[in-house]
Amino acid sequence: MLAMNFRGPYQIRPDRNRPMPEIEHPYDAIVRVTRSLVCGSDLHLYHGLVPDTRVGMTFGHEFTGIVEEIGSGVQNLEVGDHVLVPFNIACGTCPFCKQELYGNCHEANSEATAVGGFFGYAHTGGGYDGGQAEYVRVPYADVSPIKIPEGMDIEDAVLLTDVVPTGYQAAEQAGIQKGDTVVVFGAGPIGIMAARCAWFFGAGRVIIIDHIDYRLEFAKKYSYCEAYNFKEMNDPVVFVKKLTDWYGADVCIDAVGCEAVGHGLQDITGRMLLQAGSGTALHWAVNSLKKGGILSIIGVYGPPWNLAPIGSIMNKGITVRANQASVKRLLPKLIDHVMSGRLNPKGIISHRIPLEEVSDAYRMFSKKLDNIIKPLLIPPRAFAA
Amino acid sequence: MKNVLEDIIEPPVDRKIANRNMNDRVQDIPGWGMDADPDNDPTYPMKHSTGADHERLNYVKAPQQRQNIEVLRSIERPNITRVFGTSTPPAGLSGAIRRYAYKFSEATATHWMTLILADRVDVIQGKLNDLKHGIFPNPWIERGWRAEWKHNRPAFLGRMAVTTLVITAGILLITRKSRGKKMLANS
Ligand SMILES: NC(=O)c1ccc[n+]([C@@H]2O[C@H](COP(=O)([O-])OP(=O)(O)OC[C@H]3O[C@@H](n4cnc5c(N)ncnc54)[C@H](O)[C@@H]3O)[C@@H](O)[C@H]2O)c1
Ligand SMILES: [Zn+2]
Ligand SMILES: [Zn+2]
Repeated sequence: MLAMNFRGPYQIRPDRNRPMPEIEHPYDAIVRVTRSLVCGSDLHLYHGLVPDTRVGMTFGHEFTGIVEEIGSGVQNLEVGDHVLVPFNIACGTCPFCKQELYGNCHEANSEATAVGGFFGYAHTGGGYDGGQAEYVRVPYADVSPIKIPEGMDIEDAVLLTDVVPTGYQAAEQAGIQKGDTVVVFGAGPIGIMAARCAWFFGAGRVIIIDHIDYRLEFAKKYSYCEAYNFKEMNDPVVFVKKLTDWYGADVCIDAVGCEAVGHGLQDITGRMLLQAGSGTALHWAVNSLKKGGILSIIGVYGPPWNLAPIGSIMNKGITVRANQASVKRLLPKLIDHVMSGRLNPKGIISHRIPLEEVSDAYRMFSKKLDNIIKPLLIPPRAFAA
Repeated sequence: MKNVLEDIIEPPVDRKIANRNMNDRVQDIPGWGMDADPDNDPTYPMKHSTGADHERLNYVKAPQQRQNIEVLRSIERPNITRVFGTSTPPAGLSGAIRRYAYKFSEATATHWMTLILADRVDVIQGKLNDLKHGIFPNPWIERGWRAEWKHNRPAFLGRMAVTTLVITAGILLITRKSRGKKMLANS
């Protein structure tokens, strides 16, 4: 079958000779992929920043597909079902799953206890091949995957596997109160969605900060928010303070993660792997908050450590809330937002690219070429679906 | 090996001790639990606390996936997970380095930095493996140069020109030097 094949940092091959996945556990299903997406999280793998990313792996944790085969223990799915598959692999019965922390399952990742199980996310994510392929093995098939609701556009469905729930959770865990001023760092798909979703919780002002103008322009319209370029600021923290009448933001959302740019020392130490990427966005967010404010971290950081201003978190009484999105928990609510027309996920897809050109998609997304926001991959035989 | 405190623990102990405390000890601790407030749970709504946490590892588990490949395991857990990924088991030199890395906990830099080292070694292994199968590096596709050519041509050409220049200058310098040495040797 055709699938992406990781060959090393910045090197990816569309490979027609990948072995077909097989049922390896009674709770497995094999899914024929109909759509998949490339995510900002995939870029951390692409750039060689995630430890234990092995050559030969297939990435991809955002996909929809048709069930081709099920294991003997699968009860909720049938062959032929068109499903959306949340990016978290979750057993459904461990205490974490039982408390709806589906991104933190205890039975899906042998390699790292700090990390849940994810499709196509290195061995640090459990060593599962992902969905940037024609076929994919879906473990615990009864737990997370759901049939795409009648009448839902497949492009909306595939965005419900990660971007929408992640953006939504970024806003939800920020504990936004009616009238709050919310500052979102990062105008990638996740930041754009977080800014959009902040309104669901009654935000009074939503401000997004990035350094890429086309993304800021897009966010302004899509997320109904104020948008500012930090390259035009002397100091983003002073800017936010002034923008909030020298008070500080009620809530800051870090939707950038470990590849933040904009601060020399952080950039250099990040690149030299003296820390797990750069902590610039964290730093700006903590310092931009009011005292007693809330920091919501949804951007991804690597395992060992980052330069973050713990002293200010302590002195200012900042509450930090962070996690991988728990997709399954949020789906019912988000499906309702989409089906009722309040939310238009597919509006953020900027590029539709054949799976054969997956390496171009990564390069474009990594270098932010051609005004890219979010690239969708279409496997050869799925065009009609 | 040195005896360490870890070696004297025999799990499960955590709930045993907690239950013993709750049964026998806490009534003698003035005010125990007086101000407990289940609603004061800052993890909500991300987490719907059900008390399942205190079951620790005594939960219904899926059948164990048959293990016919090598799966590395974090030493912060007692066993491999009931279900695991079967992509790219450790192999060759990079595999040996990975095995070493997994001797250390996720709290150590040794664990993660050694894995990064293994990843870099794996890239070379991958190249050799490709060559063995008659596959040559194709940066036009693999590095997405095709996309750069299409959407970022001027900057891309500029970068290529600089790279070529630097490489040519380097080669010239090296050959000049060795030619100089040869001349010396000949004279
Ligand atoms: N927690 C989760 O469940 C989850 C899920 C998906 C993605 N993510 C993470 O969210 C982050 C964003 O993902 P994405 O798909 O939007 O990626 P992206 O790369 O498209 O977006 C990141 C944006 O941040 C901007 N940026 C860089 N430095 C900045 C700074 N100092 N301040 C403000 N903006 C800055 C970039 O210009 C870019 O537009 C990534 O770290 C990704 O791994 C987390
Ligand atoms: Zn993603
Ligand atoms: Zn679980």
